[in-house]
Amino acid sequence: MIALLFSGILLSILFPLLNRHRARLSYLLLLVYPLLVSLYLIRRVNMDNPIAASLPWVPSLEISLSFRLDGLSLIFSLLISAIGFLILVYAGEYLRGYPLTGRFFSFLTLFMTSMLGLVWADNLITLFVFWELTSITSYLLIGYDHEDQQARKAALQALLITAGGGLALLAGLVLMGQAAGTFEISQINQKGQLIRESNLYPLILLAIFAGAFTKSAQFPFHFWLPGAMAAPTPVSAYLHSATMVKAGIYLLARLYPALAGTEAWQYTLLGVGLITFLAGSLLALPQTDLKKILAYSTVAALGLLVMLLGIGSGLAVKTAVVYLFAHSLYKGGLFLVAGGVDHAVHTRQVDQLGGLGKAMPLTAFGAALCGLSAIGFIPTLGFVAKELVYELILAFPQGALLTALAVLAFTALTAVSGWVFALPFWQKNRQKPLQAHENSSPLWGPPALLGMAGILLAVFIPQTGSSLIGPAVESILSSPQPVTLKLWHGLTPMFVLSLFTILAGALVYTVRIPFQRAIGGLHARLSAIGPQRLFDLGLEGLKKFAVLQTRILQNGYLRIYLITIILTTVALTGINILKSPGGLDLPAWQPPRFYDVVLAGVVLAAVLAVVSASSRLATVAILGLIGFTIALIYLLFGAPDLAMVQFAIETLAVILFILVIYRLPKFARITSRPARMLDILVALSGGALVTLLVLWITSRPFTSHLTPYFVENSLPLAKGRNVVNVILVDFRALDTLGEISVLAIAAIGVFALVELNLDKSLFPSQRALINKVRSMILPTAVRYLMPLLLIFSVFLLLRGHNEVGGGFVGGLVAASALMLYAIAVSPQALLRLLPASPRHLIGLGLLVALASGALGIFQGLPYMTGLWLSDPLPVFGKIGSPVLFDVGVFIAVIGVSLHILIALAEDGES
Amino acid sequence: MTYLLAILIGALFSAGLYMMMRRSLVKILIGLLLLSNAVNLLIFTAGRLVPGRPPLIPAGAELPEAPFADPLPQALILTAIVISFGVAAFAIVLIRQTYQKIGTDDLNELRCTDLPCSMEIEEPAAEKEGQ
Repeated sequence: MIALLFSGILLSILFPLLNRHRARLSYLLLLVYPLLVSLYLIRRVNMDNPIAASLPWVPSLEISLSFRLDGLSLIFSLLISAIGFLILVYAGEYLRGYPLTGRFFSFLTLFMTSMLGLVWADNLITLFVFWELTSITSYLLIGYDHEDQQARKAALQALLITAGGGLALLAGLVLMGQAAGTFEISQINQKGQLIRESNLYPLILLAIFAGAFTKSAQFPFHFWLPGAMAAPTPVSAYLHSATMVKAGIYLLARLYPALAGTEAWQYTLLGVGLITFLAGSLLALPQTDLKKILAYSTVAALGLLVMLLGIGSGLAVKTAVVYLFAHSLYKGGLFLVAGGVDHAVHTRQVDQLGGLGKAMPLTAFGAALCGLSAIGFIPTLGFVAKELVYELILAFPQGALLTALAVLAFTALTAVSGWVFALPFWQKNRQKPLQAHENSSPLWGPPALLGMAGILLAVFIPQTGSSLIGPAVESILSSPQPVTLKLWHGLTPMFVLSLFTILAGALVYTVRIPFQRAIGGLHARLSAIGPQRLFDLGLEGLKKFAVLQTRILQNGYLRIYLITIILTTVALTGINILKSPGGLDLPAWQPPRFYDVVLAGVVLAAVLAVVSASSRLATVAILGLIGFTIALIYLLFGAPDLAMVQFAIETLAVILFILVIYRLPKFARITSRPARMLDILVALSGGALVTLLVLWITSRPFTSHLTPYFVENSLPLAKGRNVVNVILVDFRALDTLGEISVLAIAAIGVFALVELNLDKSLFPSQRALINKVRSMILPTAVRYLMPLLLIFSVFLLLRGHNEVGGGFVGGLVAASALMLYAIAVSPQALLRLLPASPRHLIGLGLLVALASGALGIFQGLPYMTGLWLSDPLPVFGKIGSPVLFDVGVFIAVIGVSLHILIALAEDGES
Repeated sequence: MTYLLAILIGALFSAGLYMMMRRSLVKILIGLLLLSNAVNLLIFTAGRLVPGRPPLIPAGAELPEAPFADPLPQALILTAIVISFGVAAFAIVLIRQTYQKIGTDDLNELRCTDLPCSMEIEEPAAEKEGQ
């Protein structure tokens, strides 16, 4: 079973490819698939026990791809595969010469497979996945003629409604799974009592009804189905009459043992079904397009089926199954007939049709066979079904009104069926005669076969009942249900009613035009407040709302975003600080040391200066001042490593700024004064919050769980005395690897941006500062200074594991030294001097860092395990893979810094 | 000193936020740099201040001499400093290229470079067919 499903999906994926090269062969392969499935199913008719198969999917959530084939699944899947085969045959001819047929057949096969998966699924989630797949393929097939705006609109509407219902369904299924404690449908159905008594039951029922009603086009969601007639006729016949729209019915039948039997179930289904039944049959009357007529009559049939499941007695369920079976056969067939007529004479308007019987005798033959079943004429399956409906309704308490309504609806259905199957062929054409010729066999064959099936199954009705209908009814009711069906019951009230409907229908058939005008006028007036109109208005409103809220929220002003973010954060965090247990108790006041005050004073003054500065160069200088002062703060509070890195970075940052500063725009004061005042207030409130936060945090007791571990294990495990460096290159080396990768990406980004040759004519290239330095002293000094600095940087790198230093700071010092050379001599000279280009240095550094972590793998240890040589080497000291890692960091940092700075320096020269 | 540092961090934050609210691109970059310094100091202070003692294990000892500064925030900040350099470099080049290409550094004029400023949702395909 699972193999069949997967091969179907595979086939639909591969088909467009195959079709491009071997069109005929691939089409034959396509036809084999439903035949295989049908054979598989036919061999399982009259099986004793359901077949089950299962694959684990998400075991932790108890979701599995489990499937189960019982009587109900069997009858559905037989319809799907057998009608599917006929549809493929038909469509091959119908769509000859259309564009994109490869895509079409791929969607159609995917739909067929999804539909099979849907009726075989024994897990709620699996069922849902296939359910959604049918919605999506239906969308794709309705919109097949994607150049037609109407088709696109109809496809979108169908998708919105069915997928919206699908969302509700998902909620319902999950709730149901929770109520039952399992997602397996066969087990849920044994726990019906549990579910019906659960608090969630009303919610479950509502959600599942929403799913079923949208899919099966129940009032008030029925309007997407006539719209879906924009699809090619084979699709209408297959999806929108025989199979997909019955998925909702299938769902209700499948979950019948779990959900049915309550008043909520009964009255909702009865009410909605009855309204849909009546609305569908009456709305079919004013239609003049053959396909629209059939669409509305399908809506009516679906309503009747929902109604029958709502009544829910053994007889009602049996009637539902028979009617469903009959309807799929004759309605699919009638659609194909309508398509055949359209194909031959290029119109589907009843007003223009007539007299085709002579020219198209074989199509007419098929039409007659299907039509007889549609109007319920003996000896067809439709006749059996209709008699059963009447039998059920007559036995109903207070059945008089219901009987009258049913007679009314059936009369309308009989008449409209006549317009489809009889009028085009045997009524005289009042308009100009049509030039017609018989279609080829793939077009008239399938409807004729469907019609014959309807008659054969009716003639052998006892066998049909015991081997197809019976098992299905049994699985719906989940109790043994002997089904005996007879074609002829004698002259019963049911038969009389049935005959009466046919006669009344015939009467309406003959007075078609006045009838259509009257009801058409009424319908036009009602549709102003109809669900279609509400849907359109809702969609419009949604779009308008989206535009409105985008305009407000995504206004494009960074300033407003920031103000919103800052004020929200201040408000929320402030409230929480005040509300926190203990409130705001501030840390004890300690008199600051003298140099603390000096440092803080310097930074505060610098901050004030930077905010009000109007010169770019001054700003850079002040930023540098702030950075160096912060480095001193680090130094004072036991973080010499940070201080060194900050010093080195500030140096490089100054070089960076100097390289580009004169190509940056001048500062301009654009914002108006009141706006600036507001900004100052907002910024101050943000700053005040942070100050408060710092005080609040530091007033709390602080216990770190990580720090003691790192400190205690630094020497024994990682063999390093500088704990900061040990964390970087050993304990959290993987993080560091990520960080140097980020740096590498930033460097590549800078390079790419610089190289990106934008239109430079706007600003005539300005000579970079770098070449203006023409001093004798600097280049001479650099020749001696640079090697010394480089040696110093290696020294920093090597001692980093035990003393202050490390790969980061070493790399930065080395990069500064090299940049000094570039400034003093020239960037080109530096590049000539280097053994490898900065780009290669980045790669080499990353590679070394990666490889150092991999060493442990050869000894079966996890990645990034530190390995150490047992004896220390002279000069280098103790050597281990973390030291090698630090070397990687060192090289990468040099590469990144040089790459960025040289890219900018060279850019200035070009 | 905690008070002093708290005020310092607040001041850096205020200045950074204020600069980021400007319309001039370069000022935004300066705001970014101020903010990254401020955040580093914030993490540093949140790890508690210990005057003087770095987290180094002296020769012959197994543990650093208590009280010592917390090494964990230091390790975090160390890489953050280096990365902020990378970010600053990238931002500078981005600003420069934007300025060269578009000829303005006023953020409000950059609103409409990707999408038209009037945000009417239109269906171009539908219009075409309507003709």
